[in-house]
Order: sequence, then structure tokens, then C-alpha cells
Amino acid sequence: MVPAMSNQALSTFSGNGLACVRGGRVVFAGLDFTVDSGGALILLGPNGSGKSSLLRVLAGLLRPAHGRLAWDGLPVTDDPEAHAARTHYLGHHDAVKPVLSVAENLRFWAHLHDPHTGRAGRAVDSALERFGLSHLASIPGKMLSAGQKRRTNLARLLAAPSPLWLLDEPTTALDKASIKALEMVLAEHRAQGGMVVLSTHAEIHMPGAAELHLDRFTVPDHDDDDDDHPAPEGQTP
Amino acid sequence: MNRFFEVVRRDLRLALRQGSDSVMVVTFFVLTVVLFPFGIGPEVNVLERVSAGVLMVTALLASMLSLDRLFQADYEDGSLELLVLTPTPLGLVVAAKMLAHWLTTGLPLMVAAPVLAVLLHMQAEGFTTLLAAMALGTPILSLIGGIGAALVLGARRGGVLLSLLILPLYVPVLIFGVGAIDAAVQGMSAKPHLLILGGILAGALVLAPWASAAALRQALE
Repeated sequence: MVPAMSNQALSTFSGNGLACVRGGRVVFAGLDFTVDSGGALILLGPNGSGKSSLLRVLAGLLRPAHGRLAWDGLPVTDDPEAHAARTHYLGHHDAVKPVLSVAENLRFWAHLHDPHTGRAGRAVDSALERFGLSHLASIPGKMLSAGQKRRTNLARLLAAPSPLWLLDEPTTALDKASIKALEMVLAEHRAQGGMVVLSTHAEIHMPGAAELHLDRFTVPDHDDDDDDHPAPEGQTP
Repeated sequence: MNRFFEVVRRDLRLALRQGSDSVMVVTFFVLTVVLFPFGIGPEVNVLERVSAGVLMVTALLASMLSLDRLFQADYEDGSLELLVLTPTPLGLVVAAKMLAHWLTTGLPLMVAAPVLAVLLHMQAEGFTTLLAAMALGTPILSLIGGIGAALVLGARRGGVLLSLLILPLYVPVLIFGVGAIDAAVQGMSAKPHLLILGGILAGALVLAPWASAAALRQALE
């Protein structure tokens, strides 16, 4: 076992033989991946190929029907809370409360993720600034446009630091300038040793990112041809 | 524990800004209780006899009204996923939400109950016991109700399903709550009833957040 490492030390996040079953249908099976510190993985594939499901599996929201996830070789399921602490998950919904202001929304998630950082509010302020939200800080969530909500959600990534970012189509509803800002933030995060796994249909510039084509792991809709990937046994979600 | 209070504070703030839930619950409680003298007549003896039961039953129904919003709003806007991914046991987050629910519904009901008891001519001996029974009973309603709210998450017409699931589980609170007040009014000791209510509360405190957390994980899969 590796002794307690600092945040910046090299880490590896990997998945082995992952399979996911949704509504009785095998979405993908036999999926392996590895991301190292500073690395990025782009999930590609047509609608329904399991990009979102894979991200939810990686976040720990969904249990894989088969296979395992490991952080530095240790199974993630050994300590789900440690995994949650090092992960930022950004899903389809923006989790912005209509009656709270942008800053209040962000501050809540930042404190919840890490009660010790961001107490002074500096991290929250600079996160807002990075995504061009400073002038909206006191505006209630219900007044925001879809793109502004998305940016508020993205600002969470910076307000409380975490090494692993799991982003499900982060560019949805963003304008060109915001996509540029996001690309910069992603590049900085990776330069500091962070990891990014994201799914996208849009062009997003990430030099050196590995690609994972999910349609290669789909299982044809026959019943009995799972030769090398055993069907999950009674573990349907 | 920081995270626990962070969630409580946020839910209280949301409740205060939206306002409607607490007000609605208390208004429902008051209006329904006021209906009884119209329905069964203004005779003091009759009202006095039924006062404990009417108050407790109405409080159960009122507290149930707001339950389906407990997790529903967070579920719809994606907050629930992030709450589940908080680096702390999910049971703790759920307990915080239940505490906030009690503070915004159970507590106002408790405050309103003695006023309505006067309206129903409850004897003065019953008042302290009424408060004690409400103080022990309403948290149980929030705790057990939270399990139901988590179970019906994402279901169509969850509100109706919720009442079918939860009302039978509220029966012990009703029996021992009314039992305690009746005992006090008749000059007997209310202590055994209140102790049993306390026991149910202790059990629910330990079990309900975890049961609810398990149901939430299921709902998100």
C-alpha cells in the first residue's frame, strides 16, 4: 500500500472489465480504461452508447454490473467517501436552486464538498470570476439562462478542488467564449496533476487527451453470445 | 458535522425563501381542526372528548402534506446526485434534511397545537402532555415520512402512494400520543405512553436516515 500521498502526487484511476446493465439491456461490457494524473479521457459514441452511464459508474452513483474501479490499485468500493472527496461529478442537471443567489448556490456546494477550503469565500469568488459570473453573484438562480446555470455548475469544479473531474457533456448551452474558458480551466487542472473524463458531442480542444469509443463495447442484442464477458448475475440495478 | 449543519442551513434558507410549505402545513392544520366543531356540533363535552384525537390525526395529515417535496425538488434539479456524492455518509445528509423538515413543519404544528386545543375545550391538565406528545411525535413523523418520500421518488402520483405507505406506520404515534393526553386529562400518569413514544423516536432516529439513504440510492440508479 502506498503511504498517504499529497494531492499532487501521481495517481492512477482505472477500470477493469466494466459492464453496465440498464433496464435489462447490456449497455456496454468488457470496458477497460486508465487515466493518470494530468491525463484526460474523452468518451465518444452515439446517443445511448452509455457515456452518461459510464460517468455515473465512475462517480459511484451507479454500481457496475461487472468489473471494478481502482484508484492507485485500491478498489474504489473500499472507501466510497474518499472517492467522493476526490471526485467532482457534473451531470445533465445543473443543481442550481431558483431561490438562492449564484454565490449562495456555489458556496453551499463548495462547503459541502470540503468544509475547510472556501470558508473565506476567496475560492468561490475566483471561481465565479473564471466563468464570467462575478456580476451575477447576487442574482437568484431562477433569473439565469441555461448557459449561465451551466457556468454556475462548472464553477463548482474550481470552488472546492478535487483531482478527478467527471463531466457529462459540459459544453451544453455554453457559448463560444465560455467553451474557451472551460478549455483553459481544463488545461490548468491537468497541468496541476488533475484528471478529466468527459463526454461530448461538441468540439472541445484538449491536447493529448485519450479517446474512448463506447460503441466498441456495446453488446449485440442477442441473448447467448456473451463468450468472454459473463452476464451479470442477478445484479440488475 | 460541518456538512450536516450546512445542509440544515441550506434547507432552512430554501424553506424561508419559498415560504409556502410551512405556512401551508400550519394553515391546513388550523383549518381542518376548525372544521370539526362545525361537523360534530359545538357541545363542550363532545369536543373535549375528541380533542386529543382530532389534534393528533390532523397533525399527522398536515405533516404528510409537505413530505413529497422533501426530496422531490432536489431530485428534479440534480441536487440529489450531488448530495449523494458528498464525501460523508449519506445517512447524515438525509438526517439533516429530516431535521430541517421537522423544523419547518413539525415545530410550527407543535406551536399551533395548544391554541387549537383551547378551541376544542381540551382540559388544562392535558396541555403539557399535549406539548410533550407533539414534541416526541412530530420528529417521528418527519423521520418515518422521509423513508416514504425517498421510496416514492420518481414515481408518478407519488403523493397518493406516499400516504398509502406512510399512514399505517404513523398509527403507533397516534395511539400513544392520544393515550398520553387522555391519561393526563383523566388524572392518570402519561409517562408510560410518553416513554413508548420516546422509544419509537430513538429507534426511528437510528434507523430512518439509513433506510431513507438506501431508498435514495435506489432511486438514483
